[in-house]
Amino acid sequence: MMNFNEFVKSPSAIASGHRLCAGCGAAVVGKLVTKALGENIVVANATGCLEVATTIYPYSAWKVPFIHNAFENAAATISGVESAYNSLKKQGKIKKDIKFVAFGGDGGTYDIGLQSLSGALERGHNFIYILYDNEAYMNTGIQRSSSTPFGANTTTSPSGSVIPGKIKNKKPITEIIAAHKIPYVAQASPSHYMDLIKKIEKAKSIEGPAFINIISPCVLGWKYPADKTIEMARLAVESNVWPLYEVIDGEKWILNNEPKNPIPVIDYLKEQGRFKHLFKKENKDMLKKIQDEVNHNFEMLKKKSEFSKDF
Amino acid sequence: MKMALTGADAAAYAMKQINPDVLPMYPITPQTQIVMKFSEYVANGEVNTELITAESEHSAMSSAIGSSAAGARTMTATSSNGLALMHEIVYIASSMRLPIVMNVVNRALSGPINIHCDHSDSMAERDSGWIQIYNENPQEVYDHNLMAIKLSEDSNILLPTMVLQDGFITSHAMESLNVEADSKVKSFIGKKKYEGYLLDSKNPKTFGAIDLTDYYMEHKYQQHLAIKEVEGKLKTIYKEFEEKFGRKYNVIEEYNTKDSEIVFVAMSSSCGTIRHRINEMKKDGYNVGLIKVRLFRPFPIDEIVKALKDKKKIIVLDRANSPGAIGGPLYEDIVSATKDYKLNIYNIIYGLGGRNFAPKDVDEILLKVVKNQPFVDFHGVRR
Repeated sequence: MMNFNEFVKSPSAIASGHRLCAGCGAAVVGKLVTKALGENIVVANATGCLEVATTIYPYSAWKVPFIHNAFENAAATISGVESAYNSLKKQGKIKKDIKFVAFGGDGGTYDIGLQSLSGALERGHNFIYILYDNEAYMNTGIQRSSSTPFGANTTTSPSGSVIPGKIKNKKPITEIIAAHKIPYVAQASPSHYMDLIKKIEKAKSIEGPAFINIISPCVLGWKYPADKTIEMARLAVESNVWPLYEVIDGEKWILNNEPKNPIPVIDYLKEQGRFKHLFKKENKDMLKKIQDEVNHNFEMLKKKSEFSKDF
Repeated sequence: MKMALTGADAAAYAMKQINPDVLPMYPITPQTQIVMKFSEYVANGEVNTELITAESEHSAMSSAIGSSAAGARTMTATSSNGLALMHEIVYIASSMRLPIVMNVVNRALSGPINIHCDHSDSMAERDSGWIQIYNENPQEVYDHNLMAIKLSEDSNILLPTMVLQDGFITSHAMESLNVEADSKVKSFIGKKKYEGYLLDSKNPKTFGAIDLTDYYMEHKYQQHLAIKEVEGKLKTIYKEFEEKFGRKYNVIEEYNTKDSEIVFVAMSSSCGTIRHRINEMKKDGYNVGLIKVRLFRPFPIDEIVKALKDKKKIIVLDRANSPGAIGGPLYEDIVSATKDYKLNIYNIIYGLGGRNFAPKDVDEILLKVVKNQPFVDFHGVRR
């Protein structure tokens, strides 16, 4: 594994000067991931913040071959690139080793791109899918997705006088992907970057599909100061809202981080404007429901990891 | 060599000889026969192709774009709702200037759901920037698969091509046709260029960047210029094809038009039915002509005008309707192309959802045309 010094020196595939917001989580994730992957990669990117802000013609921030096709088909697109590579390599027309990576946001992964991702995973293409999860359609102006957590205020789940923000739970995408029984699935955070690098390197070393879900705090959508992005990600991990774990072959669950004294979820929620309305007296029950849900999910994860430790 | 093949098998056989690097696909009636046959070629090691068994046509076209942008020779096939599901990505393929060749087996679009032939599926893609070549029989399907590869991959063109045939009528009817030797096909289509695409990591390129108000129109104009080159290039390829294989083609095909005052304008399999009736009527002393439009996109305007400008009555057969418009899509293009001549142009919407088009229909249409001033109407519908 790369040590910290090697990691710092390793080049990122995304050049400075892109037009993502100050403090953008997706930019941090994109840089960390490509630094860990090295040079011989081809990137496919679903429509979204990362794509739009890095490839405004005639400029491109990408120093590696890059393709954007549409919103819902990053996995299908990279399937085509990888198959082209396999065909040309088999025919002796290409010699070098290349790794294939797809980036998608939560809209492009949990929602509109789920079918194409599921198909690509089932077919077993050799690629890494990076989900940068900022928990809403941020590129179109903060609309709720199936990743948006319970209670969050978005422009299509506004906290009104009758309905207090999103009243549905977040879809458990990491578990859905793990159920495909692909070789490697993980959840990671840019706040725990050595853990993230390790996971990227693992994903790179295996044959077949790998999927990593990375929390990507969004300054505008979550409503916190631009210098607090990594702190938001850290609070999510330390409150068990965003547990760090791996799933091998869809069966072996490995919990990478078990906070001895997890911080209360409200310490994470109160830093973000999207949850501000939950702190009104009448929404007190919602805060309790969120804490209960986080506790339950973490307990389930612990049990899965204990149950499967000898697999 | 003579072989008896259906239209679908003729397409699959041509694809086997082309031996594309990648073939993403998804089954849909009546196209399925093509990918089933091709899957056998893959399973028996007769091709080098990587098959991508996509989970939808949307993903099949998306993968075709990934593969073609990686530099691989890429083919696929679809029909009807499958083509409609691809619609969004069909435009991206042509605007990324990727030389994908797709066999489209024409089938009516839902709804109501129907599996039989009309041209509503591909007519809905006529503004997509793809080249569209409509074929009458398995021989034409076979030949145009080979020529489409050459045309699409030409460095002055770099546009995707749809090779079309009529669902069931052509795709599932067996005919005797000439197929060429593998080696001759290989030398005719030539080698695919791989450099400059995604797998060329020494020269990293960004595909699919976002154009705002400052570049979108220029890129659309480049596509416009490129498709204007197609007719000339296809004629050059037709010449080369004739020299090599002896079969002669043009972007339109005239039949018995020299002394006929009335001509039909039609596409694909119906042309055979019309030609059959023309031959019989000739014995009875009636002279009726046929103009088959083979290249529909780009529309061969000058050839059409030359063929039609002196005709007394022109009957345009459209196997697709454009509800609320003046007439069917072929009719509207013919009317626009010949706007400088005051021609009597009739439009018949026929054969929707596979409604049979028999020799007697040719007669019935002629009778209506002889007795009336120009009209736009359905034929063969219960009212």
